[in-house]
Amino acid sequence: MNLRKYLVLLAVMCFGGTGDVLLARGMKSIGPIQLHHPQTLLYALGNPWVLLGIVCLTGFFASYLTALSWADLSYVLPATAMGYVVVALLSKYFLGETVSPMRWAGVLIISCGVGWVTRGPALTETKKEPLPAPGGQHEIA
Amino acid sequence: MKSLELWGAIALIVLASSAGDVLLSSAMKRIGDLGELRARRGLLVVIGKIFSKKQFLLALACMSVGFFSLLTALSWGDASLVAPASASLTFIVSAVMAKLFLKEDVDSRRWISALLVCVGVVLLTQ
Repeated sequence: MNLRKYLVLLAVMCFGGTGDVLLARGMKSIGPIQLHHPQTLLYALGNPWVLLGIVCLTGFFASYLTALSWADLSYVLPATAMGYVVVALLSKYFLGETVSPMRWAGVLIISCGVGWVTRGPALTETKKEPLPAPGGQHEIA
Repeated sequence: MKSLELWGAIALIVLASSAGDVLLSSAMKRIGDLGELRARRGLLVVIGKIFSKKQFLLALACMSVGFFSLLTALSWGDASLVAPASASLTFIVSAVMAKLFLKEDVDSRRWISALLVCVGVVLLTQ
């Protein structure tokens, strides 16, 4: 892991949380979706908040794909859980939702889990066949 | 009833997203480090390689199902409940799938982390 890789993980966290909150802001202004009117979901795609959310989630997706190209899925997923802190903060200050002390405790414990996993190795070591040395027939005995 | 519908939508998000995650991870591992590839061959080559992978297209289909379930669930419940609950449960199911299908070394550190996230989710739903 180097600085570039940690920055990619940071981008995953920020874009994911912000995107979710923007989607929520848009969907709240549209109102509850009725199961027998699923076409309302297509109408939701024209909402500016939903569109902004989709832009953020596109950024999330690009950084997420990059992270998955050099780290295990079971490493990247918890590392992205720090996005919950972003969701909790934005839900409180941007959406005006009530975030109870219990939910804050949940955010804290999730963060501990994330901190724990990111201290471990990022990629499962695969046992590769040793490459033959150049000019293998001249190997030193 | 509303609560049952909400948790049904969350379950659909979790299953669709986990399948999508496993497929995505498999596709990206086959391509290799995207940052290095972009530096060497350029962004268009990276995008071309990604979209030529069958697993990636399947993952997109799964994630579309997950995304529309998420929109529906968000219109029914608080974002500070729906987003963390669905994402955390996705993490647990994905960890199991990663061990089963991707043969990842999900060691005690990662399971403990999974447990902590689970406890966190329970607290989030209080």
